[in-house]
Amino acid sequence: MQTSILEIAQLRFAWPGSGEPCLDIDALHVDKGESVFLYGPSGCGKSTLLALIAGVLLPQHGQVRLDGRPWADMPGTRRDRYRVDHVGYIFQQFNLLPYLSVRDNVLAPCRFSPLRRQAAQRQSGSDAAAAAHWLEGMGLPRRLWDQPARDLSVGQQQRVAAARALIGSPALVIADEPTSALDEQRRNSFLDLLLAACKTANSALVFVSHDLRMADRFTRAIELPRINRVPQHDEAAA
Amino acid sequence: MIRFLWTLAWRSAWNRRFTLALTMASIALSTFMLLGTERIRTDIRNSFTSAVSGTDLIVGARTGSVQLLLYAVFHVGAATNNVRWGTVQALQQQRGVDWIIPLSLGDSHRGFPVLGTTGDYFTHFHYGDRQALRIALGAPMSDLFDAVLGSEVAARLGYRLGDHIVLSHGSGELDLSQHADKPFVVRGILAPTGTPVDRTVHISLQAMEALHVGWIAGIPLPGQHADAANVRQMDLTPRAVTAVLVGLKSRSGVFSAQRYINTFTGEPLMAILPGVALDELWDVIGAGEKALLLMSGLVAAVSLAGLVSVVMAGLNERRRELAVLRAVGASPLDILVLLMIEGAMVTFGGVVLGIAALVAVATALGPWLQSQFGLTLDLAQPTELQVWLLGALVLAGGLASLAPGWRAYRLSLSDGLSPRT
Repeated sequence: MQTSILEIAQLRFAWPGSGEPCLDIDALHVDKGESVFLYGPSGCGKSTLLALIAGVLLPQHGQVRLDGRPWADMPGTRRDRYRVDHVGYIFQQFNLLPYLSVRDNVLAPCRFSPLRRQAAQRQSGSDAAAAAHWLEGMGLPRRLWDQPARDLSVGQQQRVAAARALIGSPALVIADEPTSALDEQRRNSFLDLLLAACKTANSALVFVSHDLRMADRFTRAIELPRINRVPQHDEAAA
Repeated sequence: MIRFLWTLAWRSAWNRRFTLALTMASIALSTFMLLGTERIRTDIRNSFTSAVSGTDLIVGARTGSVQLLLYAVFHVGAATNNVRWGTVQALQQQRGVDWIIPLSLGDSHRGFPVLGTTGDYFTHFHYGDRQALRIALGAPMSDLFDAVLGSEVAARLGYRLGDHIVLSHGSGELDLSQHADKPFVVRGILAPTGTPVDRTVHISLQAMEALHVGWIAGIPLPGQHADAANVRQMDLTPRAVTAVLVGLKSRSGVFSAQRYINTFTGEPLMAILPGVALDELWDVIGAGEKALLLMSGLVAAVSLAGLVSVVMAGLNERRRELAVLRAVGASPLDILVLLMIEGAMVTFGGVVLGIAALVAVATALGPWLQSQFGLTLDLAQPTELQVWLLGALVLAGGLASLAPGWRAYRLSLSDGLSPRT
């Protein structure tokens, strides 16, 4: 049985004070375990859409439901908890707390979310074993695990960020152009590892990029300007 | 989770240890100043009030009460008039009077005041908490030209028992008119008291008289010279003294005794209660001390403002860090707590550092302060105000870090997961 982990319906969003709407999406569904490639030119509202999906922003109209619950139904602190319970997030770069070790960075979501920690312990036996599992899954050599995160190369840091997003197997992993700072070879190996890891964790993946060459690696590709009914002006890029 | 926040705060602060260390140092400095000022204030006050105790009345010629206290107890300044010897004897006979100590001032030895008095001084004079004077070395005066030195006089000038010293007329260090013909022998050295006694050279009233045989108005009269041997044959009963310390048989008689002296018919006199006069004197000089304390308070405020501005200025560079924290599940409230913990750590560290510095400096400079200013720093007993000051500092540090904490809270709310930096 395939059910949606993420459902967007009649979403309309405008930045406060701007007057003009930024996003107007009739419907968008992401199924459990699915990997979706979301692309579009810069400034078409990709990051805004991700913030709406992660419940950081709330739409003025319509609904964003994660695992059946609309973000708008929860008060702020509840959203924070729900987010870390269900969403793993990978930024474009600078994902890590530079002063923590690689391992502690990976374990951070377990510190804030008892649910993620319980899931991690259920899967691997202990927090540390779970961290080891995902670090290994992302191909990071063991000698790096106790290094401060700042000592790692950009590519290595992105892999640590992926391991962190996956620990405790959240229902949804959001990746916001995570490969834009990597060269082609590293980009491909990162993508291989990430897709495989999401499959293992049975986490759905929403992967944002403007680089169409990666699109065919995903189960589905969505072009944002196509589903967004707000006409885009290049000047609006921000 | 709060434990994790502590770890985060600590690791993050360690990551920025150089800027934070500077802030901590400035907080340490203000702690040092605040506590130090208060300590010195209290100890000055203590050594002040401990200068005389057990004396019920101080009697002198009519003048201001603070002035009388200053020259009778602190041997500072000069009397405008003397008390006649007959009056002193009358006082001694007065009903209710237990003992009297006549004091005669005016000469000095290399900047230290010379006090002519009687043997009663060593039995009846008390300081501090009713402590009697103790002769550490030697004995009280027995011969006419014997002197007993305060501990500081002996230590500073390197005198030992049996040394010969020459007194000067007047209080200046300019040795213009020496009593060189009548040298004194150091007969005894007093134990340290932390009071003006330490800085005083004690001789007998007769010796004081003998020094001034043939002197009028501070000038030796020509042809009237009496040498040290001749002077022993003369009548050396003092003609006048500068002030008299009076001890009563019962404290309850103090006001009637004071009234008796103030209305004494033989000559115009005044009697003061030492405690009241000490308070009056403290009111005068205490203002300066209060200003110092206020200054230290301002320094503390400036350091805390420094803490706020350093943490605030760092926030912009930390927006990324805050967003990462948010992405791994920290709520804006967690961020606020994180910043508060950081501020509290820096303040607390600074305060501890300041206390340590104060203890170190006081231990290192203690002997010097004691010898130079007769000031004993009593670190083991924090004053009540010190405890309040410490509490206020830590509290203010916590409150001060509310400001950056609040800003971080606002930033992480508005930035969400994507800081616009």
